[in-house]
Amino acid sequence: MSQEVAILGVGMHPWGKWGKNFVEYGVAAAREALADAGVPWQDIRFVSGAATIRCGYPGYVAGATMAQALGWQGAEVNTSYAACASGSQALAAARAKILSGACDVALVVGADTTPKGFLAPAGGYRPEDPDWVRFYLGITNPTYFGLYARRRMDVYGDTLEDFAAVKVKNAAIGSKNPRARYKKCFTAEDVAASAMVADPLRLMDICATSDGGAAVIISSLEYARKMGKGDAPRVAAISTVTPTFASEVVEMPDIATDSAAAAGVDAASYRAAIPLKAYEEAGIGPEDISLAEVYDLSTALELDWIEDLQLAQRGEAAHLLRRGDTSVGGKIPVNASGGLASFGEAVPAQALSQICELTWQLRGQAGERQVEGARVGITANQGLFGHGSSVIIKK
Amino acid sequence: MSVKPLVPAIEGWHTMDTAQPHLIGTRCCDCGTYFFPKQSSFCKNPSCEGSEFEEVELSRTGTVWSYTNACYKPPTPFVAPDPFVPYAIAAVQLEHEQMVVLGQVVAGVDCADLKVGMPMELVLETLHEDEENTKVTWKWKPSA
Repeated sequence: MSQEVAILGVGMHPWGKWGKNFVEYGVAAAREALADAGVPWQDIRFVSGAATIRCGYPGYVAGATMAQALGWQGAEVNTSYAACASGSQALAAARAKILSGACDVALVVGADTTPKGFLAPAGGYRPEDPDWVRFYLGITNPTYFGLYARRRMDVYGDTLEDFAAVKVKNAAIGSKNPRARYKKCFTAEDVAASAMVADPLRLMDICATSDGGAAVIISSLEYARKMGKGDAPRVAAISTVTPTFASEVVEMPDIATDSAAAAGVDAASYRAAIPLKAYEEAGIGPEDISLAEVYDLSTALELDWIEDLQLAQRGEAAHLLRRGDTSVGGKIPVNASGGLASFGEAVPAQALSQICELTWQLRGQAGERQVEGARVGITANQGLFGHGSSVIIKK
Repeated sequence: MSVKPLVPAIEGWHTMDTAQPHLIGTRCCDCGTYFFPKQSSFCKNPSCEGSEFEEVELSRTGTVWSYTNACYKPPTPFVAPDPFVPYAIAAVQLEHEQMVVLGQVVAGVDCADLKVGMPMELVLETLHEDEENTKVTWKWKPSA
């Protein structure tokens, strides 16, 4: 039996700093996705929401919140929270419901309204909370991105110019995306002139936080065929694996890695493990990938992901970048949407926005961003506390 | 002028031997996995069901896994001097424990002075002061 489901429709509210209730973004994205699918809202039997933890109780029950906002019609609901992978986990819940035969067609939706300024931990003296500890000791989110970037420079020979080139590439293609928050093109000089935040990363190397909403309608293949959409792009794999002990890379918000001193324990990279299960589940390899949407929280991190997805040998992602291979028109375009560099991160919507972009690309509807002949796309992201995901979409 | 007493910023995470300080961790009595911060109720090695731990001093030297700095003042609970002074941060690999530990780098050393693989040692330095005490924490320093 096929483990695939069809993507009938996708929709996104544009990313920005709009300051409205997150429900508005979710409803706008859901209505666009329903219209794109040609499925009436009343026919949706399962609503799978990605939670936001920044918008109070309605955010914790995002699936129900969106169902109520669209008009209660009796559908079953679910809400997933998995940090940056929340959207993928909500998608996995909907896929499971469909593959079990419990429903034919489902809405997956995530939206967020982000607060202004730093996200500070709760106060007091709380050394049992690793997030409190690292802030007390002066270690912020950009610290981790800076550590990963510096290691690339010292170990692989990446340069500041390489990191700037990622921003220039993503800003150029993002300027052609009507749903992106930032539509200005930048030069390497602009990046070099921005303030240093966490050496070697400057302000323009690090992504912002944004408001946004994204939605996907998925169905059984049989339902899709009955609608005359048997050729719709399909979800071929969803990986939401957790890490294996011991961690090789120090991860936010930890102050140390696991120890790999015990017999039989090897240190392993979590990031690299995430896509492995996706490739295995889809029965394809990196050589089959037409394009990738990866979580460029920093410019340097995009290069790490290219290697984690095995689109380049370890340490060689910058070679692809320098040859133009990762630009639209190149051999393996990465972040044809403009990536987080152009969007800023809207946590519960971000993994779904990656799927929206791949769907438009595989349908040939990406306009000026179109990757010619796109047949298979892969997403990748990683968040806090052992959450990460990789989704493969194919024609 | 009175000199404020030195107290640890976080109680029990390192020795207060100002010449040769050590981080204080624990070690699983069953499988030998080290933990920092201390773990004392259950072992996180998936093939170990250990629940007994001994307190151990971790190696006070290691090599740089990577490094960066903080150019902007972090939010509270960080207590910043006014004006804020940027500082470097290092992730240091401890060979014996097979783990990487983060920490600030001592004042006066910046990223240009650091390199992956460079030997480092643990020292104590002021994190911040309050009315009564000077709060010290572990920091990394290039080995002489």
